[in-house]
Amino acid sequence: MDYTLPKQDINTEPFMRQPPQYNKKDVFMRTDKVYKCEITNIVELTDTEKLFHLKILNNTERRLFKFRPGQFVMLEVPGFGEVPISLSSSSNNSEYVELCVRKSGRTTNVLHRAKIGAKVGIRGPFGTSFPMEKMAGHNILLVAGGLGLAPLRAPINWVSEYRDEYKDVHILYGTKSPEQMLFTYQYEEWQKVDHIKLMTIVEQASGDWKGRTGMITDLFREMDITPDDTYAIVCGPPVMFKFVCNHLDSLGIPMNRMFVSLERRMHCGMGKCCRCMVGSTFTCVDGPVFDYWSVLNLKEAI
Amino acid sequence: MIHKVITKNEFKKFVDSLIEQNQTFGPKLIDKRADGSAIYQFKEVKSYDDMDLDYTVTYSSVKNFFLPFREELSSFDFTDKGWDQTVEYRVNPRVIIGVRPCDINALSILDKILIGGSYPSPYYMARRTNTFLVGMDHEPLDDCFCESLGHDTAHRGFNLFCTDIGDKYYLTISSSKAFNFLKNFKVSDPVNGDSVKFHERRKYLRNSFEAKVEVAGLPSVLDIEFESPVWKKWGDKCLNCGSCAMVCPTCYCYGIEENIDVSLKCSRKERVEYSCNLYDFAEVAGGHNFRPLKEDRLKYRFYHHYRGFAQNADDPICVGCNRCGRACLAGINPRDVISDLQMED
Repeated sequence: MDYTLPKQDINTEPFMRQPPQYNKKDVFMRTDKVYKCEITNIVELTDTEKLFHLKILNNTERRLFKFRPGQFVMLEVPGFGEVPISLSSSSNNSEYVELCVRKSGRTTNVLHRAKIGAKVGIRGPFGTSFPMEKMAGHNILLVAGGLGLAPLRAPINWVSEYRDEYKDVHILYGTKSPEQMLFTYQYEEWQKVDHIKLMTIVEQASGDWKGRTGMITDLFREMDITPDDTYAIVCGPPVMFKFVCNHLDSLGIPMNRMFVSLERRMHCGMGKCCRCMVGSTFTCVDGPVFDYWSVLNLKEAI
Repeated sequence: MIHKVITKNEFKKFVDSLIEQNQTFGPKLIDKRADGSAIYQFKEVKSYDDMDLDYTVTYSSVKNFFLPFREELSSFDFTDKGWDQTVEYRVNPRVIIGVRPCDINALSILDKILIGGSYPSPYYMARRTNTFLVGMDHEPLDDCFCESLGHDTAHRGFNLFCTDIGDKYYLTISSSKAFNFLKNFKVSDPVNGDSVKFHERRKYLRNSFEAKVEVAGLPSVLDIEFESPVWKKWGDKCLNCGSCAMVCPTCYCYGIEENIDVSLKCSRKERVEYSCNLYDFAEVAGGHNFRPLKEDRLKYRFYHHYRGFAQNADDPICVGCNRCGRACLAGINPRDVISDLQMED
């Protein structure tokens, strides 16, 4: 009599060849398989930030890869590690994705040494996104601090492409010093072509900086906000959220019209490793985009 | 669910034939503490007599058969043109005998989180579907509080469950595999006397739990007591060693490590069990730590376990085995922390 257990080889099971669907148990996703990409262009933005253009090499995979502004990918540098990076490009660009990466840890330091033509991997896209369609017909206020402009660039691209659907669009951007400003080469285009009102400010002036000096909240003095007709997106360091959101809240912008993008340590992007938990919420699955009311309900969030 | 009874002698024959043809793990006495108490672990066994089925509790839970401390997720082979990724899921069938109800329920909770949630984990799934689980009831230790959390009995998550009713086992069969294997052994339908003995045994076991934890309303207590000084009190004791998470049957948080082979020709991407009490759990590149204090991290572990994840599990994910309490070097155990919180104010 045979009492040997049959082998259930899930390696041979059909795996998902479409964007991930929630709670679908009958078809698995190869959760650790990356899309292989080639670095097709590297733009040096500052001393510590570079913009990488990545092209997914496989045609089918490139077609499958669709994302929305606010989502992120796990960027794999084989042999070194995997890091969560927000998507900076236009969601309509199906040829390549743009990732703005700061040189700060082990993996990103290696990535900054990479040359055009190098191969890296991405998994994703993961997470929630900004409700761009819901914002149509309203004024848009985009507030960014430092590296926060990187995730904000996806909604900026969206607004540029669908400019007629939105009323007044403001970008408020603050950094510590003028050298840290990102995407400076695009400012003229945003203002002149897309008719976006851009205001910049630095904490510490240096060199030939002729612009404003102060905190980002100082910029609010120069503009009129119609609270019942405005959607706001805030990206930046946690301290900035607090001040900006409190200010917007006091102006009367409803909490469910203010969106923030949170940042945490992540190892999986799929709600499994628990590294990105805030209270009892996963930043990777339930976020990174939250409305301000949800954030207020998250203990230890900001 | 089908119920049968089997004599202990016949059960031994059944287990031996399973062991003969499959890789099998069972509880074994591996060492003794200074005070003479026994330490058990699940180890590979070669025969029925190899096992110590009357064991109290294993030091580690069976979790590690499904979520090993270190597991390869994928590997990269470097070539002149770049690299190639290989993903493979472990599928060797195996048998585990003598698993306690709380450990089985812990696996059911992990099933819910790792298979039921978004992005089901094929790594876990492969190990789970290829494991034949034989459960067995037991008398609780003085500090087990499984009964408070409703995990003193298991209703699913196993292939076969044995309840000791004297000279026989009362079998609960919940898979066709187990049913087919048992066809060639002398099993009979339970007669009236067997069922009476079964209910008596259940009742006896339920009543033998001495440790109790009041869990009703615990989620809201935790919400309200977020700023409680109790966290500081227990946090100050914590040594941040992570032992609790290693022995816990439901802790599943992990980290990813990537290591290049010494040959420089390939690298391995591995999942490594992690603990939320370790210092760098929530530290991000650039140096900011979202939970810099010991009490923050200890509190987080309790929130994860008892407040329940909104998305993954509505119930506490703690099963009340108290392994963390026994393993803790600083003498922190969940029962004391929770009662401290509830006494507060």
